[in-house]
Amino acid sequence: MTHATSDTPASTSPLALHGLSVEGVNQCVHCGLCLAYCPTFSELGTEMDSPRGRIFLIKSLAEGRIGLSDPTVEHLSLCLDCRACETVCPAGVPYGRLIEAAKAEIERQRPGGAARRAFRWLNFGMLLGSPRVLRAAAAGLHFYQASGLQRLVRRSGLTRLLPGTLPAWEALLPPLPADRAPLAPLTPAVGARRARVAMLTGCVQSVVFGAHNRATARVLARNGCDVLAPPQGCCGALNAHGGDHARAVEMAKRTIETFEAAGAETVVVNTSGCGAHMKAYGALLASEPGWAERAARFARTVQDISEFLAQAPLRGPLAPVPMTVTYHDPCHVVHGQKIRRQPRELLAQIPALRVVDLPESDWCCGSAGIYNLTQPEMADRLLRRKVRNVESTKAEAVVTANPGCILQIQAGLRAAGRDVPVLHLVEILDKAYTSAGGSTVPSDASPRIDGGGKVAARAR
Amino acid sequence: MATLTLDRKSALRRELEAIVGRGGVLSEPDELLVYESDGLTLFRALADFVVFPTSAEHVAALVRVAQREGMPFVARGAGTGLSGGCLPSEGGLVISLMRMNRVLEVDYDNQLAVVEPGLVNLHLSWAVGPHGYYYAPDPSSQQACTIGGNIANNSGGPHTLKYGVTVNHVLGLEVVMPDGEIVWLGGKTRDALGYDLAGVFVGSEGTFGIATKIVVRILRKPQAVKTVLAVFDQIEQASAAVSAIIARGLVPAAVEMIDQLTIQAVEDAFGCGYPRDAAAALLIEVDGLRAGIEAQCERIVDACRQSGAREVRAAADEAERQLLWKGRKSAFGAYGRVSPAYMVMDGVIPRTKLPYVLGRVNEIVAAQGLRVGNVFHAGDGNLHPNILYDPRKPGEEARVVAAGAEIMKICAEVGGSISGEHGIGLEKSDFMPFIFSAADLAFMQRLKTAFNPTGLCNPGKVFPTRKSCGEAGPVAYRPHPIEERGLAQRF
Ligand SMILES: Cc1cc2nc3c(=O)[nH]c(=O)nc-3n(C[C@H](O)[C@H](O)[C@H](O)COP(=O)(O)OP(=O)(O)OC[C@H]3O[C@@H](n4cnc5c(N)ncnc54)[C@H](O)[C@@H]3O)c2cc1C
Repeated sequence: MTHATSDTPASTSPLALHGLSVEGVNQCVHCGLCLAYCPTFSELGTEMDSPRGRIFLIKSLAEGRIGLSDPTVEHLSLCLDCRACETVCPAGVPYGRLIEAAKAEIERQRPGGAARRAFRWLNFGMLLGSPRVLRAAAAGLHFYQASGLQRLVRRSGLTRLLPGTLPAWEALLPPLPADRAPLAPLTPAVGARRARVAMLTGCVQSVVFGAHNRATARVLARNGCDVLAPPQGCCGALNAHGGDHARAVEMAKRTIETFEAAGAETVVVNTSGCGAHMKAYGALLASEPGWAERAARFARTVQDISEFLAQAPLRGPLAPVPMTVTYHDPCHVVHGQKIRRQPRELLAQIPALRVVDLPESDWCCGSAGIYNLTQPEMADRLLRRKVRNVESTKAEAVVTANPGCILQIQAGLRAAGRDVPVLHLVEILDKAYTSAGGSTVPSDASPRIDGGGKVAARAR
Repeated sequence: MATLTLDRKSALRRELEAIVGRGGVLSEPDELLVYESDGLTLFRALADFVVFPTSAEHVAALVRVAQREGMPFVARGAGTGLSGGCLPSEGGLVISLMRMNRVLEVDYDNQLAVVEPGLVNLHLSWAVGPHGYYYAPDPSSQQACTIGGNIANNSGGPHTLKYGVTVNHVLGLEVVMPDGEIVWLGGKTRDALGYDLAGVFVGSEGTFGIATKIVVRILRKPQAVKTVLAVFDQIEQASAAVSAIIARGLVPAAVEMIDQLTIQAVEDAFGCGYPRDAAAALLIEVDGLRAGIEAQCERIVDACRQSGAREVRAAADEAERQLLWKGRKSAFGAYGRVSPAYMVMDGVIPRTKLPYVLGRVNEIVAAQGLRVGNVFHAGDGNLHPNILYDPRKPGEEARVVAAGAEIMKICAEVGGSISGEHGIGLEKSDFMPFIFSAADLAFMQRLKTAFNPTGLCNPGKVFPTRKSCGEAGPVAYRPHPIEERGLAQRF
């Protein structure tokens, strides 16, 4: 029956899930202004799949009003963690932190069967936990692809026998480049030195998208940076988003140690989820003795590549790149780090490049870390929406700033029969620099963008 | 209605699923919980089912099942209402219109659009924007609230001052009547013959049936828009400026007031450019033909200066203008930065009484040991005192309710009204006798019965629940039903 809420528990002890504070739920005043900006709510129309609804579920969980029932797990798991709601929330609810706590609690209470646990251990513990294991796995995968084994397996339908989400993993595998060598420890500045920066080379990034890292280093060097690339592990973002809190904390500590030792003024990141996550190390390690302040200090040195570069006009010369592109905002750049203006400002400095607005440019493409593997149906709906929007711009290429988005949108465009490449922002900047020639940075490769707007293989 | 047995509930669920499909019915307790309140969290109630129709025929079939079962039902849009209007009543059916959200037709020559009720208000303006048109009623919640919710509450917004409320923009509606019949009220022309039934339906708060299609007017975007921010060191000066502007015969598109507490919350939220140390600011907009707009603007600036404004400036460009509006429109939500909950009041008063009533509001709230933020449609005299409180502190909710009732009473006493735009809903139903006589209420009840004879369509709303509802005119304080049930106390 209808009643006022005077009978709510008057407890004022801090609300927490899995030991992580969710006090932030009390900032939500239930105004609902977030609703229409949530991709899952806009697809489904059900309030449990909206930010306001999920915050209410998290609050009820923490207060003990409800338990982790199947539907609750389902609705919380369906959250993309895109944080579009944070951008529009007038009350400043720290939604990302709330959903991470909830996901950690889900993992604690529902670790799943042996197969799922083993799979998570393999991913989060082994692959992401150790660069050496990741490289070995990448080498194995490369053999699997290059030897023709992949084609054979796919044709034979053997993938269907794989357990759980493995078939989806298999289908999404990008072709791994033969050259997966780590970035040189130092790429020296070209011309007058402006700064000394260190790069997060990433775990998956370094083996799958080494070309982005090399392009990033070259563009930074062109802009007067000594670029350090210390040997490093994974920053822990995927673990934190996947509810693997304990390992995420350890990985954060190792990452901080690595970069402190490198002695750079700024840590530059070219993957959105990692950047947003590292900027939040302060909160992540807040209750770790001896780490809180150190982590907060470190977090302030982290910058997304576009944020860093846009602080000053790009140094020339930049060659014309005569094509029409559109820009897709990765969630954890635009919502997680509030970077909207900078990538557009950088693109605007490339001669002859025409940039057209992408409708819903800041809507999640469905990639969202490993979301496209865990929630393939919703991911696919959002991807199709993204592809329709890209098609409406008639752009010859999509520019974005995150490997997950690149893989996802590229797969979507390919499935729709569109020959539209998806580039990282640094690739197009690098293209403008390398075509301009001049004092070149020792460079291994750069993307070739030929007449049809296609990016050709990154040849040596 | 008696509580459903488990068997009955699963049988009903199957029947509802047969109408709207498998993914269209919620009945799990944890899922229903999310639907227990709207934008006003002070009230909550659980439904038996939440259903998601996608057509008028679905809605009609659902309504017929509910009538057969004697089960109450209520329409729900985005649930941004601030009077508990879309809350279910002792179980029953919540009919969510969120999967009926298409723009069905736009006729630019005749300046109208036909839309489904679940369409988000702002999305209509987005849809027609590229052609130079927009939908004028702009509740501050327009980025989330639905056209269906707007027609039910006859919602207003900052630009109501010049353009009128929702009813001035609705030409016709397709409605599923409470008995399941699908009818059209009004149509596509301005002057439909016969009674203005569309006009009667708008503002009926979901108690006359469920709208399934709505024909609305769309307007050409004005040629020119100018937005002025006036900053005051005293709230009285800001009130005086509002009267001074209107007294000069100007009709601004909007005159909004925002006080210091609210300015600070909004600045924390988005850094919109309101000075944090101001006692109050006015956001004033004029629009229309380019010719003459500067002159109007100057007269407004002059009126503000004469009333003691410390600073008056026009937004330099569209980006600054948008940011100022973003601040204004996010104000309610921004209270989350300074308080875990708030209750917004929605009184209307004669503009000339602004200084007096604002003073009284502050006294009343302070006497309860609470804080209040004011952000409102000053040009219309439509107040929004937002009483801030913490639901976890025992007794605070009761004090909020008590202060709210007193504020409503003041509004009625000075010749105003107890709701400008948020509707009566559940929250203010017991305040109706503050302004209506027994005869007035009985007459309205007869109108309701004509549409909704069984009373199952959104019961418990609008009309006072107490027997003493016959009391005439402004009355002395009466305990709120919450207090009577012992859920709250007055100190
Ligand atoms: C931050 C904020 C700012 C606000 N600013 C304003 C403002 O400036 N002006 C203003 O007027 N209001 C304002 N409101 C209040 C609220 O947004 C409006 O009342 C809005 O019209 C409600 O729309 P909704 O879709 O959320 O409806 P709901 O809250 O879901 O429902 C509201 C009422 O409409 C009925 N209803 C919904 N759909 C239908 C339908 N298809 N047919 C029949 N009845 C239906 C419901 O039964 C209920 O009685 C604000 C609210 C918030 C949270």
